[in-house]
Amino acid sequence: MMADGTRTVRVHRFKRGDDEPRVEEHRVPVEGITTVLEALRWIQLREDPTLGLRHSCFHASCGTCGVRVNGREGLACVTKLADVPGTVTVDPIANLPVLHDLVVDMTPFVERFPPPHPIVRESEFLPESATPEGLDGNDRFEDCIECGLCLSACPVAATDDTYLGPAALAYAQRMLEESRGADRDALLDWADQDAGAWRCHAAFECTEACPSGVRPAQRIMMLRKELRRPRPGRAPEEPAADTSEHF
Amino acid sequence: MGRAPAPTPEREPGVEEILRARAPQGPVSKKLPGPVAWFDVRSRSTGHLAFSMNRITGLGLVFYLYLHLAVLSTLLGGEDAWNGFLELATTPLFLGLDVLLVFGLLAHGLNGTRLSLIGSGFVPNHQKALFWSFMAFGAILLVYTAVHVFGGEG
Repeated sequence: MMADGTRTVRVHRFKRGDDEPRVEEHRVPVEGITTVLEALRWIQLREDPTLGLRHSCFHASCGTCGVRVNGREGLACVTKLADVPGTVTVDPIANLPVLHDLVVDMTPFVERFPPPHPIVRESEFLPESATPEGLDGNDRFEDCIECGLCLSACPVAATDDTYLGPAALAYAQRMLEESRGADRDALLDWADQDAGAWRCHAAFECTEACPSGVRPAQRIMMLRKELRRPRPGRAPEEPAADTSEHF
Repeated sequence: MGRAPAPTPEREPGVEEILRARAPQGPVSKKLPGPVAWFDVRSRSTGHLAFSMNRITGLGLVFYLYLHLAVLSTLLGGEDAWNGFLELATTPLFLGLDVLLVFGLLAHGLNGTRLSLIGSGFVPNHQKALFWSFMAFGAILLVYTAVHVFGGEG
């Protein structure tokens, strides 16, 4: 653990109208448990009130303070500076448009979810509630805090803006697991598109980045398993009569 | 085919949607430009290491395929040309490249097998253990091959 003192924190800065993003350096006083969010707030309160960042709960529950710290995705509110070696560089999460400094536009992230996208955290059952029939346990996708870290960490999303991404696909798998009246065929069709479950290349970075234990990569793999199952009332696809156009 | 478009709302757009549509979006933050990001394993996990390695070995094997065809074309030059190539191919440098080729085949093939097992949803929770197990097995095969290629009795 680093001793108390000061740390150099480099922060990504960008405002609308700027030609290019730039990096600003600050010396921030730290204690043993100072978090990245506290350091950013210190910069905002003491040195530069124009620093743009988003946060709310301070305890890894709201998912709004997702950033990249020295290249690694994390929630600023629970990432301790003591755990980050050397100079601390804070960037916005990747693969989403930057609105202002560390604030990204989450719209493309939310738009990826299958329509309709009900409230994900609707069913936070009490711990004493019974496990729904057919499930081994309460390993719930409702744990997703929609922070976007999985999309930032995904190497496929880095080069393919059309990819539905880990959170949305994991959400679909969760809905299939416990559908509560959702249209299973529509969900499977949605996940079966080119930019869907088959586009994942199993780097498992989403699972590593997820601060909430959703394990999106594993869920995408289970979604693929579901996609390969024959669907009742739906005949297996027949081979195309003329495949010459593919060659 | 790209991502399916979101359904068009039947209602008129609200003020927020209009403002959002008018506002210029900032640059999309990327770790590194384009596919270069695939090979940046700094701060990344085992899965990304396997992902990068599969791409590098895949590209290497495609390159080797064409190189192999080019080498075979020396047969068109007759027996002398082929024997001349064989002389070159048995130098330590070329034997080392043979071992490198076997490394590429083992790494790509074994990781591909791992991906098939994971991707089909059979063992989605054991990808790290599978990676290191397959790589350990591959390392044993590679050592055996290297000893054999460089004239051992293996």
